[in-house]
Amino acid sequence: MATVQDLEIRDPAARVGGAVEELRDLQGEKMVLNMGPSHPATHGVLRIVLELDGEVITKADPDVGYLHRGDEKIAENMTYTQFIPYTDRLDYLAPLANNVAYALAVEKLLGLQDRLPPRCQYIRVMCAELARISAHLLGLGAFAMDVGALTVFLLTFTEREKIYNLCESLTGARFTTSYTRIGGVARDLPPGWCAAVRKFLQEVVINLAEVETLLTRNRIWVDRTKDVGVIPKDVAIDYGLSGPNLRGSGVDQDLRKTHPYLCYRDLQFDVPLGSVGDCYDRYLVRMEEMRQSVRLLHQCLDKIPGGADNPAGEPVNVDDGKIILPPKEKVLSGMEELIHQFMLVTQGVNVPPGEVYFGHENPKGELGFYINSRGGGTPYRLKIRSPSFVNLSVLSHLMPGHVMSDTVAILGSLDFVMGECDR
Amino acid sequence: MSALEFAQKIKARFGDLVSEPAEFRGEITLRLADAQQIFELCDFARRQLSFDYLVDISSLDNYGEDPRWTVVYHLRRLANGFELRVKTDVSEEKSELPSVIGVWRTANWHEREIYDMMGIRFSGHPDLRRILMWEGYPYFPLRKDFPLAGKPTDLPGVAFTKPAPLEGGPFVTVPGGKDAIAREPRVRTPED
Amino acid sequence: MQTWSEIGYDSKIEGDVVVTRIDAALGWFRKNSVWPMPMGLACCAIELMAAGASRFDISRFGAEVMRFSPRQADCMIVAGTVTYKMAAAVKRIYDQMAEPKWVIAMGACASTGGMYRSYAVLQGVDHIVPVDVYVAGCPPRPEALLDALIKLQDKISRQPVLQGLTIASALHAPAKS
Repeated sequence: MATVQDLEIRDPAARVGGAVEELRDLQGEKMVLNMGPSHPATHGVLRIVLELDGEVITKADPDVGYLHRGDEKIAENMTYTQFIPYTDRLDYLAPLANNVAYALAVEKLLGLQDRLPPRCQYIRVMCAELARISAHLLGLGAFAMDVGALTVFLLTFTEREKIYNLCESLTGARFTTSYTRIGGVARDLPPGWCAAVRKFLQEVVINLAEVETLLTRNRIWVDRTKDVGVIPKDVAIDYGLSGPNLRGSGVDQDLRKTHPYLCYRDLQFDVPLGSVGDCYDRYLVRMEEMRQSVRLLHQCLDKIPGGADNPAGEPVNVDDGKIILPPKEKVLSGMEELIHQFMLVTQGVNVPPGEVYFGHENPKGELGFYINSRGGGTPYRLKIRSPSFVNLSVLSHLMPGHVMSDTVAILGSLDFVMGECDR
Repeated sequence: MSALEFAQKIKARFGDLVSEPAEFRGEITLRLADAQQIFELCDFARRQLSFDYLVDISSLDNYGEDPRWTVVYHLRRLANGFELRVKTDVSEEKSELPSVIGVWRTANWHEREIYDMMGIRFSGHPDLRRILMWEGYPYFPLRKDFPLAGKPTDLPGVAFTKPAPLEGGPFVTVPGGKDAIAREPRVRTPED
Repeated sequence: MQTWSEIGYDSKIEGDVVVTRIDAALGWFRKNSVWPMPMGLACCAIELMAAGASRFDISRFGAEVMRFSPRQADCMIVAGTVTYKMAAAVKRIYDQMAEPKWVIAMGACASTGGMYRSYAVLQGVDHIVPVDVYVAGCPPRPEALLDALIKLQDKISRQPVLQGLTIASALHAPAKS
């Protein structure tokens, strides 16, 4: 009697495998696909030249520079204060964070880090954390939209509109804020701003929970992002990744904890870490970072010196006429203030010769400014260490071995911004 | 051990090639006299002293001085966060130094950018081509003698450039000078 | 097939009246379904996305179908800084769009180069493509972009579609290849 073993039914997948091997001998040619600079899923103007063997990527060569605007050369021709609007447009999803980073770098060069008034520090931390929530919301929205979950994009943009309202009442612009100045901030918090932030924080937590229910345990999302784009720890460190990309791979590095600046020493927050380093981990790290930012914002709102409306008149700027513009009524009536105003506007802040590097924990990673100054009001060399530039360099290592459709998931999870990458 | 002690270990290993560690605003800087030894220094820093994270490589154009180029490496030790800056000078005739891509793979793109912007070559780099400007662009934009407005070029089929309308040039202030009139913002030539 | 001449619209004057009405009708169809091709390059792209999101809702104007393929789009919204490296790609994409096509230069960088007067930035996208509407701002608010879209719609509705085409010439026109 024939048993099951006698029938020898080869399973269909094995039969296909055999055919593919034959085909591969016949073909042997790889296709070069240009994921051009204008592409819906490349998050800006990134060009990737992919070499494909069927669906599998064998080589990936990113081509950046399509948004290179010459920021570093422009910086050599501007005073430090004149360069602040250019810093907004670096990581244009979180302009407040870039402003804070640049102001801190110049203040480190001036030696002002310990002289910043506490109210100014709390305001800057609030700005940086709001920017972090805003950038992660858009990063997640774009990532989900590219992978296919279109609703998440609209949900996150609703919350971002609320952040835009807050930025607008604080600085005058929805984004591209140019809010910080060397030695302080442009103006104090407007009345009612802190109450508006509290209201926003209550709403954003609900919204994040909604995004969570849509994505985190969604079978399709998990299938598309789990074990895709795995970056092991040593590769992440070797390639200089930073921010959620590094923490998603399990490396406990957060500049707010390792090199604390502003008032982060007095605030409690946790740093989420991933375990595997795949796209799913990086998504989870960003979601949790947003919740930690909400926690930080609550603490700042409770602890800010001077309270919400600052009735006592706590200073927000360093008390130094040679760094901060004097108030207008004094300028028009006093000689010394007039001279200070004139010198600051025409010649900029007189910075001592020397060089500093300051790295700030931006939502995308570590935004660093290396300023080499020979004195005077303009830098001799300003190098912007951009996290997206370094994060993108891992693509040529990461992509080979994945199929074409994973490209979009990997690009979305790396969360880069071309404005920052190309400067 | 503090960052200063790590710097002194490097000085002990390399002797006269490395300057005394200088400190400014809490940062330690070492100068390496011979740029050709940069790979050995970085390799020592990574393997022996565990400076496993290369933060950044920058370049400076000391226009009017010799050596003209300075390449600046920022190293970090992830274990306790110590940072170190290593500077090395390259003369204009040579314009070349060894690549440290064998120590940290992140140096790949940083060095390509320095080649693109300043024109300093890195020997041992597997793929030294322009990264921010296009292949075939004839100038190195971040050099001090290259104007901000740019120079006209034309590479048919790829890209063209025209000088930007700056109405006479960027009006820049320079430090020093005997009075405010010397420092006021006006058109500057690379010589000052 | 019944020709217009049998109904009595063959005369030159009445033929023009019919042409104008078709013009108005076609203009109305065109202007209310402008499918933009978002050439989102830099920060203005974020405001473009915000204009497409729920608060500012570009869908009210029939333009929420952001087609990334130039063959399917009517209007190219250049949002962001155009660098010299990108200029060739922008021109190529513009050439691939089918007639009728329009261009909105959104933001200061696309209109004139913006605050980036440097060696790498094209000082205005009108050096390479003909622009219909310029939007000022850095970045322009989504409401400004919608205002530009409305101005473009006015321009489209005023554009004669069947220009110089009377019924008589249409009857005797050579067949289009």
